[in-house]
Amino acid sequence: MTQPRILYCHCAYAQVVHPQVKADVLAGLVESEKAFEAVGDLCEMSARKDPALQRLVSGDQPLKIAACFPRAVKWLFDAAEAKLPEGQVEILNMREDAAEEIVPKLISDELNPQVFESDEDSNSETESKEAEV
Amino acid sequence: MSSATQNPLRVVLYEGPGGKALESQRKVDVLAKLLKGGYQVTCTGESGDVSAPDGSDVLVLGEAEGQDSPFSQSTSTGVVSEGEEVEVHFKDISGQEPETVLETVSEVGTQTESYTPGEWKPWFPVIDFHRCTNCMQCLSFCLFDVYGVDAESNIQVKNPDKCKTNCPACSRVCPDVAILFPKYGSGPINGDVVNQEDVNREKMKVDISALLGGNIYDLLRDRHEKAASRFSKERDEGKALKERIRCLKKLQGDSGIPEEVLMSLPSMDEIQTKAKQAKEAADAALKAREERKNEG
Ligand code: SF4
Ligand code: SF4
Repeated sequence: MTQPRILYCHCAYAQVVHPQVKADVLAGLVESEKAFEAVGDLCEMSARKDPALQRLVSGDQPLKIAACFPRAVKWLFDAAEAKLPEGQVEILNMREDAAEEIVPKLISDELNPQVFESDEDSNSETESKEAEV
Repeated sequence: MSSATQNPLRVVLYEGPGGKALESQRKVDVLAKLLKGGYQVTCTGESGDVSAPDGSDVLVLGEAEGQDSPFSQSTSTGVVSEGEEVEVHFKDISGQEPETVLETVSEVGTQTESYTPGEWKPWFPVIDFHRCTNCMQCLSFCLFDVYGVDAESNIQVKNPDKCKTNCPACSRVCPDVAILFPKYGSGPINGDVVNQEDVNREKMKVDISALLGGNIYDLLRDRHEKAASRFSKERDEGKALKERIRCLKKLQGDSGIPEEVLMSLPSMDEIQTKAKQAKEAADAALKAREERKNEG
């Protein structure tokens, strides 16, 4: 299996991710000696439609992202015209989960692809809309 | 925020052949410093491999090792990426404190005329298009030209940098809970999963007036005028400010609109004009969508 690439967001311009969680995840990544991409603030890059976001989603390697809520991350990439490849992304939430939980998943070669609640919602909504017609 | 066409500097922390592996704590400290400064850093690990250029100029940082180190060669090379020339700079950071490394990066950023990060707090709405129904409530509500439509009359966040920092008000007028502010404190506005309760909640309904028991802009105007006339008679500015804040507390509590935004509302005339323009833009977009639907 192709090794997943790793992306770490430092959420530089807000206090929404606990500093200790950010620090511990970053330290865990460094300890792992793996190659990874780190960004100051994904939100800021999305607002600027930073071309780096397209670089990060291109290619056929799966992608693991340590940032915040998966729904937020998905639509931030989408807003920057850099769609996350379906079934090829795992998003780890540093706002909710502990670093000890995140780091092993982030550096593991196994991918647990993200399933978006909104995908399910919109599928069932579409189905019910279709059923109404 | 600087122009979207101005690319940021891409920093590469190189630990491949000809470069030393940085000691762990030092690497964490250098990275944390650069990331806090808003930079993006590619950490190569021992392979030294770097993904393709993306149009941004590149600064390669590392600690030189041996004769053939990339850091002992030229400091700048031109390479071509998608028809564009990008500059690649090399800097040996051996023995440099993280603060000095940040200064080095910032200097190269200035030299290459790259985008300077950190000039704007990234606060803006993000639309969940799995939920959005293009009802245009947000377009008609926002006074600050944040929203617009694309060529197909679909809603889009046109001017994220015009959004008022910490103001999540438009997310509350969206009937489909489709507007996120990733840096907001609580869910579902912060991107957390939307549950049925959120959808049903009164403040999420289309009816803007349900938010505040009246038309929001009438209410804002009213408060603004009352405050203006009362405070023009006030001599003690500090006291006046306190009073004004107290007056706005309820409104703020109900809507989540921050004090700074309410305190800096435009004049009554400007509000009226902007509200009218926003409504017209929303109506035009809805009409265009309707026409397209009928044609199709
Ligand atoms: S994507 Fe999430 S973690 Fe990253 S900067 Fe935005 S809010 Fe912070
Ligand atoms: S108010 Fe919500 S559903 Fe309506 S256009 Fe805006 S984001 Fe879409």
